[in-house]
Amino acid sequence: MPRVKVARKSTAIDMTAMCDVAFLLLTFFILTAKPKVEDPSKADVPTSSKEKVVPEQNLATISVGQTNQVYYSVDGSDVRTEALKAMGEKYHVSFTPDEIKNFSNTEVFGVPMSQMKSFLDGTIDSQQKFPQKGIPVDTTSNNELSNWILTSRQADKALHDKDLDIAIKGDKREQYPIISTIIEILAKQRLFKFSLITDLKAAPKK
Amino acid sequence: MAELDTSGGGKHKGGKVRSKKVSTRIDLTAMVDLAFLLITFFMFTTTLAKKKAMDLAMPDNTVKTNQLPVAATRSMTILLGSHNKLEWYMGEPGKSAPTVDNYGKDGLRKALIENGKKVAATHAAPDNFMIVLIKPSDKSTYENLVSTLDEMSITGVQSYAIVKITPMELGDLQKNNIY
Repeated sequence: MPRVKVARKSTAIDMTAMCDVAFLLLTFFILTAKPKVEDPSKADVPTSSKEKVVPEQNLATISVGQTNQVYYSVDGSDVRTEALKAMGEKYHVSFTPDEIKNFSNTEVFGVPMSQMKSFLDGTIDSQQKFPQKGIPVDTTSNNELSNWILTSRQADKALHDKDLDIAIKGDKREQYPIISTIIEILAKQRLFKFSLITDLKAAPKK
Repeated sequence: MAELDTSGGGKHKGGKVRSKKVSTRIDLTAMVDLAFLLITFFMFTTTLAKKKAMDLAMPDNTVKTNQLPVAATRSMTILLGSHNKLEWYMGEPGKSAPTVDNYGKDGLRKALIENGKKVAATHAAPDNFMIVLIKPSDKSTYENLVSTLDEMSITGVQSYAIVKITPMELGDLQKNNIY
């Protein structure tokens, strides 16, 4: 009986198609990439069934992390720059061009104005390690959070002629008084419509 | 310099120099490896999920408008207490005993739907929708507020507002051990 010969096949596979797919995906991810912003507030947001998407541009976000720390973030480095300058004038703190540049690259911050200079003085790494205590908030009409919102709204109006949208991102275990204080601050600036950032929960069946 | 001439062209008698045929196939394995490495990197660093939000509109408290009188029987008040509990009552405070309830499908949602139906049945159209007053106490959490607002949209409550809680209602919450 003649032995059955197994045809010897080459182990080399044609990689061209795989390569094509890989680069197609790569291009897609590069084009849609928007780097994750490290959020120092670490707020664990509550869930809701609403599916409205928050606008990405022209948005100011007030984050309330655990232990009542308030962080603020506003979209656009030019708006941030102008807001910091205005805040510096208000609180009599002068910033060097380096510090202003540093601030324009800081997406989220939560330091009082008295510590702002030492917060901005340094590299990105030292900034991340900086113990952020949160922006001072109270119900008076001249508190720091309220001034940040006001100055960034003015900056946005001057630079882009748009009205800033406001979003509140709160930790779900946060107690109501701090949220109520923020709503009061917004109401004092005649801001009555804003968004509450939530995670998506599966919509209930009716 | 014999070492350099490896083409073997010298063997041909005619002396025609033929260039050696080189295969056009390249080994793409390394390239694919690199591409997938980069894909993985970009997949992990991007945020594909967009942030979701619910809109909240507070009443403009600087303008005094003429407010129409509303029948108290149409209003439902929800008091948000501690320990993820709430209580609700219909009509004016103190006139009907509040019901302690929880958030969720069988708690608040059921109460909202039932009360909505009752109000719709006992009042004449077009003023037969229920008005809900949400009164969060200082011991309630942000999550409680958001889930209450979410229930409003799920059950289709047309008009609701967030209102400051009164001391009397706080006492009520204390009586039910949820403050």
